Amino acid sequence: MSWDPKLIEKANEIIGLYPQKRSALGPLLYLAQEKEGYIDEESVQEISKLIGITEVQVKSVASFYTMYKQEPTGQYLLSVCKSISCEINNSREVINNIKEFTGLANNETDEDNTFTFEEVECIGACGGAPAVQVNYETVEGVTPTKALELCKYLKEEVPKVIVADELQENFGGTKSFDWAIEDNSGTSSTAPGFQIIGTAEEK
Amino acid sequence: MKETLLLTKHMRENPQDSHLIDIYEKNNGYNAARKVLKENNPGEVIEEIKDSNIRGRGGAGFPTGVKWGFLAEDQERYLVINGDESEPGTFKDRILLERDPHQLIEGIIVTSFASNISKAFIYIRGEYAKPARRVQDAVEQAYEKGYLGKNIFNSGKDLDVVVHLGAGAYICGEETALLNSLEGRRGEPRLKPPYFPAVKGLYNKPTLVNNVETISSVPWIINNSGKDYSKLGVEGSTGTRIFSLSGHVNNPGNFEIEMGCSFGEFIDTFGKGIKDNKSVKAYIPGGASAPWFTGSQLDIKMTIDDVADAGSMLGSGAVVVMDEDTNLVLAAKSIVSFFAHESCGQCTPCREGTTWLEMILDRIASGRGRTSDIDLLLDVCDNISPGLAWPPKMTTICPLGPSAVSPITSLMGSFRDEVESLLPKKVLINNE
Repeated sequence: MSWDPKLIEKANEIIGLYPQKRSALGPLLYLAQEKEGYIDEESVQEISKLIGITEVQVKSVASFYTMYKQEPTGQYLLSVCKSISCEINNSREVINNIKEFTGLANNETDEDNTFTFEEVECIGACGGAPAVQVNYETVEGVTPTKALELCKYLKEEVPKVIVADELQENFGGTKSFDWAIEDNSGTSSTAPGFQIIGTAEEK
Repeated sequence: MKETLLLTKHMRENPQDSHLIDIYEKNNGYNAARKVLKENNPGEVIEEIKDSNIRGRGGAGFPTGVKWGFLAEDQERYLVINGDESEPGTFKDRILLERDPHQLIEGIIVTSFASNISKAFIYIRGEYAKPARRVQDAVEQAYEKGYLGKNIFNSGKDLDVVVHLGAGAYICGEETALLNSLEGRRGEPRLKPPYFPAVKGLYNKPTLVNNVETISSVPWIINNSGKDYSKLGVEGSTGTRIFSLSGHVNNPGNFEIEMGCSFGEFIDTFGKGIKDNKSVKAYIPGGASAPWFTGSQLDIKMTIDDVADAGSMLGSGAVVVMDEDTNLVLAAKSIVSFFAHESCGQCTPCREGTTWLEMILDRIASGRGRTSDIDLLLDVCDNISPGLAWPPKMTTICPLGPSAVSPITSLMGSFRDEVESLLPKKVLINNE
């Protein structure tokens, strides 16, 4: 779907933050991701018009970064870290359990669009290995058993807003450091929750 | 042995609300910014930073004051904070962003004043959505108070700060790749020269690119003095440093210490020893790019120069401990796969080499290894970084390719028998 006037206004607001229009490309791609769950063709056209670069230039950037998805994602993007600290702390079994529960291989989405599963590289949660992200909200110290419980919770309860602190309390364990501050912010899409792109939500 | 808290003091003392501007101000916050804007000229601030001898905390360890000193003259100059922390094992900037965002913003104000900059960007990796939200909240609070925006602290100076979210590319931690990314391009490192963004950086304008931890240190240096800072730690590695400790330790976490103790002391004191009382087989002293040390090298001192002399690097300050039961072939494979995935693809030795290394390790790990694979691995490494020396020789624009060589040379140097034990003694069918 093409972008409505409200979204275009938001896009122009973002463009205004930068000395050169093209710098807004990254955030605008997130707008598309938030709206469609991936970088769709119409958004590529809209962004190309808004910024004044070609569609191919937009796609060339979109395809470079792993967080811009080229295919539609499910409601919950499960990203399991497999880099060194997680690897030596049993992320393999976490990955296997999630694969088994969802029936998905790496980078696949299930038929009812609930889950997209991906194995990812370091997410900066090494002290809390093994770590998992749901829609880019980090949960640390996720044991293979807790990983299954997390999947079950998402599938059955279908929470609208994903909040890191809430998932951590229920499904997490060892943390990289004391999170300390109470926080109920999160996201409701597979774009990371962030004020500037309008994806941050409170529970 | 104890921690020395400079950067993590405020967050430790005010765990619940260290991120709020009022609490930060109650604890001497924004006084450094207020002071320099009122009493100092930019040259004095740069001298203070030079006196501190602080070296960049991103990994390369370049003297910060020197970097500030050669920012080229131009009407338009930028400050870019590198918060793309993605070196495996590293999570120290995350705690600074999440729990003390105002300290960073105050550092940005002082740095911008010292370098006559009126526009700063904080580039935070996309996976750090929550830290980015905290920083954005803090930026908005600072605008409301008049500490950012027009005429900050009634000084006549303007300063705008934009928080920019990355999108999952390790290579954007390389400063020129980060600048390309911030310009809305693919995160590919730029060809050097120009060697320093301080000459040609963002939009080809003089740009300071500094790490989160480096700039977060600035308020303390101003509140005390560069001389005081330089008295902490040891010569060449002054001040404190936040080390991220992970792997098979009982108590992983971020610990702020003066550089100079040994890795063994650090792991015992703060990591509270190895899980299940096992021994250390190997450890990584400075993030996944750094060559490993073995369990018999725990007495090496944690300073930039000592680690370099011993053949590795202190890098991003990430210590990853691997116990006696760790399968080091799988550990090396994990690191090599990381670099293969994160290679930007510009340079052939890195793009092809890392992928080949990954494939060879994969076949060794899955029981299909050949006796010739050890030589083949080393040969591919030699094509990425000729001579397999340290510091590595480069055939590529940036050091990502040579970083993938580190785990292989570490493995072959000290643990070659582990690889050999996986290989068939005889090749029955020669497919080569």
